[in-house]
Amino acid sequence: MNNELRLLQLLEENCTYTAGQLAAMAELTEEDVKAAIAKNEADKVILGYKAIVDWERTEREAVTALIEVRVTPQRGEGFDRVAKRIYQYDEVESLYLMSGAYDLTVIISGRTLKEVARFVGEKLAPIEDVTGTATHFILKKYKEKHLIFEKQEKQEEGFVLE
Amino acid sequence: MIDYNSILCKRIQNVPPSGIRKYFDLLNEMEDAISLGVGEPDFPTPWHIRDAGIYSLEKGFTKYTPNAGLSDLRRSIAQYMKRRFDLDYQPIGQILVTVGGSEGLDLAFRCILEAGDEVIIPTPSFVCYGPLVSMCHGVPVLVETKAENEFRLTAEELRAAITPRTKALVLPFPNNPTGGIMGRADLEALAEVLRGTDIMVISDEIYAELTYGQHHASMANIPDMYERTIVINGFSKAYSMTGWRMGYLCGPKPVIAAMTKLHQYGIMSAPTTSQYAAIEAMTNGDEDIEKMKAEYNGRRRFLVEGFRKLGLECFEPLGAFYTFPCIKSTGLTSEEFCDRFLEAERVAVIPGSAFGPGGEGFVRACYAASMRDLDEALKRLGRFLKTLPSFS
Repeated sequence: MNNELRLLQLLEENCTYTAGQLAAMAELTEEDVKAAIAKNEADKVILGYKAIVDWERTEREAVTALIEVRVTPQRGEGFDRVAKRIYQYDEVESLYLMSGAYDLTVIISGRTLKEVARFVGEKLAPIEDVTGTATHFILKKYKEKHLIFEKQEKQEEGFVLE
Repeated sequence: MIDYNSILCKRIQNVPPSGIRKYFDLLNEMEDAISLGVGEPDFPTPWHIRDAGIYSLEKGFTKYTPNAGLSDLRRSIAQYMKRRFDLDYQPIGQILVTVGGSEGLDLAFRCILEAGDEVIIPTPSFVCYGPLVSMCHGVPVLVETKAENEFRLTAEELRAAITPRTKALVLPFPNNPTGGIMGRADLEALAEVLRGTDIMVISDEIYAELTYGQHHASMANIPDMYERTIVINGFSKAYSMTGWRMGYLCGPKPVIAAMTKLHQYGIMSAPTTSQYAAIEAMTNGDEDIEKMKAEYNGRRRFLVEGFRKLGLECFEPLGAFYTFPCIKSTGLTSEEFCDRFLEAERVAVIPGSAFGPGGEGFVRACYAASMRDLDEALKRLGRFLKTLPSFS
């Protein structure tokens, strides 16, 4: 892996690394790191930087649903047109074109079950090319982006001659 | 009332207490403290290895294993030694599975030393060699390696330390605490001194997988050295398996036979669950090593660069997971530096003097810690240095 790809991998692991840390880890100079990040941001290789939040540990209510969507592809535009119409909604967190039994996976987050149901019933399902939906509510999150939600127990540590 | 001083043997009474324990005790009482003191990987054992241990328990594999270790494990060790270091060892007769590398060292000394035999130990190095030799009525001969040689043992230093009573040489490379390594050419030079003697080499290669920019060279791989070298290795550092207590010895058949004899009386066999996990590590763990090593390497560069930027000299450590910056410019002794740094900034590093002659003027900082801790430790070090007259 070349150093610039390594830089992207490091940022994907933890975007709070400082330029100095990234430089040391990717064997680049700090200037190179800053230039590479700026270029990758401009080229949309880096789309953004976000924290993974476990809302369960907060007072905020949050519901996430994964929706299987079947659509009729459009001549000349395939799935892109309908996908674009779906991802414009702020409620849509992620959208993927799938192989297999259905066409699109939509992941949406809302404050309540009702809010999610309303989105599906009032906004997603009525879209012209959508032929069917199946909504699955996420009951518990265990792991996301390699991060485990559950607090890990710590082993007792004491003095060890090493 | 029993006088325990008259009960305990003089040899153990003469072993000095650990000079570094106090840092751990102090650290435990501090909030917001950062430890770069413990030399232990900070990764959990890779899941597939843990899973293999769990699976062996589910199958009810909870009996003793053969004394020398599971035959599958010894076979996989033989394949590993060939694959990674181009060394040929027969699974039956030349490999013994031990309780960590530490048991391997203990067995090696106990099986070769007669009272008064001398063992050459390059320092600074891991603190166990001298006491283990003394417990066998042997005489540790400490040879100070030099910073200007990047803490390698030179042929001249070795030659000067050899006497008619020299029985063995300990080769602790990659080195704890300096992070120094010995390349093939360095080992060739030592081999030249050893050829024609009966001096055995106890090569502690526990950090063999953690070398950066170059592949580890084993003394057993140098012409004429195979017959006199006992290789000590283990799973703790390479696979982040310290708590599993898994090590192994490879060497000439008669020596391994003697050590197996002692091992079967003192230990019986290494823990069974750990042995099954170790098979998985040896068979499917090469990628884990590469991943952890890449991570350590990044932290290593960050810490070394950090010390240098702050004005501390630091030679480039190409092995293990330790840096060994020179703190002479602070005007403090190693111990003063560590005491004051811990007290003022709540960061623990270990005085180089704890690792024997040659360590004074240096401190050991372990980079098996998170980047966040390393970053914070450097910030605190910068602040601490500014309070010293020589830096302000």
